[in-house]
Amino acid sequence: MCGIAGVINKKKTVNVGEQMRLMLQGIKHRGPDSTGYAMYGKPKKDGFILRFKVSENAAEKVNVKPEDPELLKDRKKQIDTIMKQHGAKITKQSSSTPYAFRYEFTYKSDNLEELAKAIETVEKAEILSIGKGLELIKDLGDATTVGEQYGLNKFMGTHGIGHTRMATESDVDIKSAHPYWAFPYQDVAVVHNGQLTNYWGNRRVLERSGYRFNSNCDSEIIAVYIADKMAKGIKLEQAMHDSLDELDGVFTYIVSTKDQLGMAKDHMAAKPMVIYESKDVVACASEEVAIRNIFPHEIKTYDPYEAEVKVWQA
Amino acid sequence: MAGLTKKTSAFDDENLSGRSQKLFFEVTEEENFTYYGNHEVDFNKRTSIDCEGITAHELNQKIRDSISKGYGSIVIKNPGAKHSLGVGILNKLNLIFEGSLGYFGIGCIDGPTVRINGRVGWSCAENMMSGKVVVENNAGSCFGAALRGGDLIVKGDAGARTGIDMKGGTILIGGNAGAYTGFMMQRGRIIVCGNVNANMGDSMYDGIIFVGGEPHSLGTDCVQGEMNEHEIRWLEQKIKNAEIDCKVPASKFKKYVAGRMLWNYDNLEPAEKKGILG
Repeated sequence: MCGIAGVINKKKTVNVGEQMRLMLQGIKHRGPDSTGYAMYGKPKKDGFILRFKVSENAAEKVNVKPEDPELLKDRKKQIDTIMKQHGAKITKQSSSTPYAFRYEFTYKSDNLEELAKAIETVEKAEILSIGKGLELIKDLGDATTVGEQYGLNKFMGTHGIGHTRMATESDVDIKSAHPYWAFPYQDVAVVHNGQLTNYWGNRRVLERSGYRFNSNCDSEIIAVYIADKMAKGIKLEQAMHDSLDELDGVFTYIVSTKDQLGMAKDHMAAKPMVIYESKDVVACASEEVAIRNIFPHEIKTYDPYEAEVKVWQA
Repeated sequence: MAGLTKKTSAFDDENLSGRSQKLFFEVTEEENFTYYGNHEVDFNKRTSIDCEGITAHELNQKIRDSISKGYGSIVIKNPGAKHSLGVGILNKLNLIFEGSLGYFGIGCIDGPTVRINGRVGWSCAENMMSGKVVVENNAGSCFGAALRGGDLIVKGDAGARTGIDMKGGTILIGGNAGAYTGFMMQRGRIIVCGNVNANMGDSMYDGIIFVGGEPHSLGTDCVQGEMNEHEIRWLEQKIKNAEIDCKVPASKFKKYVAGRMLWNYDNLEPAEKKGILG
């Protein structure tokens, strides 16, 4: 049981960080292990935003040992060097924790695959997201803890998705936390609630095609699957329709791109989703209580039926 | 335990080699026929409870306290789609929710008449024994799961697995219903004025599903039956009483029943099943 949520404001920039935090805090009971946000600010005209981590969060009761801070600094230096070698110019950098960083950089082309692969050659380095608008943040703890840690309460943007995780299929750590970035596609992120039963079969096929998997979490495959489809020139909505037949198990997932938010529900309708649609905003979440945290008045909501795919435009 | 005299359990001499005809209650013992904490209430005595800022547990306790004081009509304000509101009410009562409920709303109730001026989440009125529930908006999945009696009405659409495992009572849906409606149902009736999604009545043991629109597909063990005059009249009355604006006349409804008798499921075979099996 995990909690997922997404919100999209049509043609309007609002404090989407606070919207997402309120929604995710409302479904904290569905997953207390970790919280993740994928949020979309105003797309940058030139340059990209990179979010990456170089170590795990060694919180209490977690099976991760803390690493030497000097080691983390060294890994960051290695990444800086690699970026410089590839011609990426870092224009701004910040960090909220000793292991997670945010860079703004410019690059010679829009194809970032080569650069992303090079960065991930550094030990324990994992790119959380690269994009013109996407910023992906995930860490252990509830929505408020993570939100305050990374200063998300002032994040202005159009849309975002988020996840509160109850670890059932893999460990409690950041690499198994959602959302997942659809490597190497800019600005595509996925959150998932459910279990995928043909994970290993699909993973082997995608790995043979050259895709990288960072975790053993079954949800990661949705992001890779969508990335693979989009690489073949298939539109997001069609890729999501295809996933209903090709991914096996029980699932409801939300996917977002730089200007779209979509949801898909499996053939069994085994995992919940509640949707609120109005002229200005669409909000969807595993439970209505999450939506009610941003719309306290009575609203008309509905459950999508089985095998339903919906995509909304920002 | 002091104060309690040893009684013979109803199960002590149960004959396990077949359908038990054992009476479960001693007719002379009145306490066996009332629930613990059951109170006489006056429907003209009204009160309201604001759900803002309190937990489901606190609200349910407040409802019980009001019942014990004789209040027969209770209005719940600002339910805010919280989970598990109004569960376990085993009393006559008029209960009105001025808003939507979350998951497991009004579960395990026996007796109250409930009106919900909003939407309900998953597993609304699960295991309901008797009473009447009216939902003005849509309902989530597992609506009326394991229902045992009473009338459960939703004026909008209902989600997947409506009436899963139901063992009695009636579910009436004004709009459409999701996949696996009537999954494993064992008794009772489901009326859907609109369409039903895939695998309707999958693995049903018994019971009847009436559909005004079209089922997308039938599940294993579910077959179409023939409506009789009595059922048409019953349907008309039920839909009219529920104040549902159904576009399809009762005579145009289709009837679906279980097509197979399961081994030793029941000694008493319903007439409609006989008709199907010839």
